[in-house]
Amino acid sequence: MEPIKQHTGLVYPLNRTNVDTDQIIPKQFLKRISRQGFGQYLFYNWRYDEKDNLRSDFSLNSPKYKTASILVGGENFGCGSSREHAPWALEDFGFKVIIAPSFADIFFNNCTKNGILPVVLPETEIQQLIKNAETDTYQLTVDLEANKVTDLTSFEASFHLAEYPRQMLLNGWDEISVTLTHQDKIATFERKHTVY
Amino acid sequence: MTNPKTIIEKIWEKNVVFEEPGKPALLYIDLHLVHEVTSPQAFEGLRMKNRTVRQPKLTFATMDHNVPTVHTNIIKDEVSKLQMDTLKQNCEEFGVPLAGMGHKHQGIVHVIGPELGLTQPGKTIVCGDSHTSTHGAFGALAFGIGTSEVEHVLATQTIWQARPKTLNVKVDGQLGTGVTAKDIILALIAKYGVNFGTGYVIEYTGNAIRKLSMEERMTICNMSIEAGARAGLVSPDQTTVDFLKGRKYAPEGTLFEQAKQEWLELASDQGAEYNHTVTLNASEIAPQVTWGTNPSQCISVNDKIPNPNTAKNAGDQQAIEQALQYMGLEADIPITSVPIEHVFIGSCTNSRLRDLEQAASVINGRKVNENVTAIVVPGSQTVKLQAEEKGLDKVFIEAGFEWREPGCSMCLAMNDDIVPAGERCASTSNRNFEGRQGTNARTHLVSPEMAAAAALAGHFVDVRSFV
Repeated sequence: MEPIKQHTGLVYPLNRTNVDTDQIIPKQFLKRISRQGFGQYLFYNWRYDEKDNLRSDFSLNSPKYKTASILVGGENFGCGSSREHAPWALEDFGFKVIIAPSFADIFFNNCTKNGILPVVLPETEIQQLIKNAETDTYQLTVDLEANKVTDLTSFEASFHLAEYPRQMLLNGWDEISVTLTHQDKIATFERKHTVY
Repeated sequence: MTNPKTIIEKIWEKNVVFEEPGKPALLYIDLHLVHEVTSPQAFEGLRMKNRTVRQPKLTFATMDHNVPTVHTNIIKDEVSKLQMDTLKQNCEEFGVPLAGMGHKHQGIVHVIGPELGLTQPGKTIVCGDSHTSTHGAFGALAFGIGTSEVEHVLATQTIWQARPKTLNVKVDGQLGTGVTAKDIILALIAKYGVNFGTGYVIEYTGNAIRKLSMEERMTICNMSIEAGARAGLVSPDQTTVDFLKGRKYAPEGTLFEQAKQEWLELASDQGAEYNHTVTLNASEIAPQVTWGTNPSQCISVNDKIPNPNTAKNAGDQQAIEQALQYMGLEADIPITSVPIEHVFIGSCTNSRLRDLEQAASVINGRKVNENVTAIVVPGSQTVKLQAEEKGLDKVFIEAGFEWREPGCSMCLAMNDDIVPAGERCASTSNRNFEGRQGTNARTHLVSPEMAAAAALAGHFVDVRSFV
């Protein structure tokens, strides 16, 4: 996967709590057998009407957010189904960073395996970012090396990401290759481990 | 005397391959369940790097999400067919056992694991499916993973995991007649919210849990993810052992006796400490019905639909307004006044033999309301066969229900079993998310008994007084 050290981009605000992965990518698009091409279906039921035309009343369809690469959302972002198609769709659409007050565990993991940086910030700061991005064209810089989120003026916030996913993201490592360096330990474990 | 431990700590210590301070542990996986939707990209990843499946014998695949529940020999949807054919080819190429279409053990992955005895106490179990938590009912540490992790487990039989925090969900008290395991888990989520379990593994304890059958424990553990917890489990006891004895992949003879001893010793020790504890009194629960678009938006059947003006903050008010609008509901009306057009009895939450028996017991010679389309989808070929041996198919068909072939079906509507836009479904499944059962479809989560009663009445009714 592509390493992510620092990213500067336009912010898209999605002021909803409990955005589930069924909303991020509905089930009818999970039948494909490749990892590519899911971006066109992102938030499908919000972005498109019954006749598959783009809805003008959904904010992500506004030209203002066309090049957005940082999504700021509400608490429990990515809850529900484990479908990795959700981060695949976000990534393919152009999102590199998701900032929220909290994330669902499986979605959070899935992001870090796909080069998407999930950033947890307190609710008050999230509300400030959402307000800024709703009123103006708003850019943020997210620096994973410094664990900081800043804008061009006065906003600055620190965030914490556990060291393991942080290093994976900074270096873009292939996790399986890393694990396979421990093959001897796995083999030793298997010799004494009983599975009925 | 060693420190008292929870079952979660005991399984963890048994399965850690190695661990360095400040880092996640490399955890060995004892059972990897695979289905057609979340595996093709993982097998493709192996192929591209010339990797193999490390332990095909600890891996088991089936087809469930996409499968049709009528005319199962003809898959009309070419894209679905390709996904199912791909699983078949992948299983052949990598040597993974498969209960595919036409196989006598085919069914929902979380139904067949337990019924085949693959699911056992103490095992670490993963699957590319968030409802893998179901298997926790047996005292297994079972959780859903993404496709990248599926590939990782296929290649290494391990997964990197941070040691989980433990959450004791203690349910005491006597469940009332007509109140079910489904109502326990819905009431818990209604009380504590959709993310009270995030970052935790739940252990369900208390005398109300102890009295439940394995099927009922599975219903509760299944919906742990709807509380945010990747895994939820119940310490094994004699009920667990009795369920597993004689199952196809359970150990036999003296090996079973040895396993049984180990399984029972896994139960959490007296005095074991948890990071957090929450409680629920089972005797206070009524049958539950969700009214909104997440499982915490749930009320007792005798309650009225909430009013956004009584929300405790602006965020909640907005969430209630959005949910009412999507659901096409008015605030302050009794939920029992809401008519329904569809009933779905099935899913990994409620499609086992006991669920179907309970639903059938409500019928009592009555007919499905003329405005309702009701389908019953058994969880597996085995469940279907057992139900037919008991004549349940006839009871349902005579009442006007459709009796279908096994699969995930209308729970997520990946096949043709879709609730049309704007229509309302009483469903025994686990998620009432927007669009879950079809674009703009409206889902109300209930127990099998409540679903059957709603099918007959044409609207929600309190099953306790529906005789």
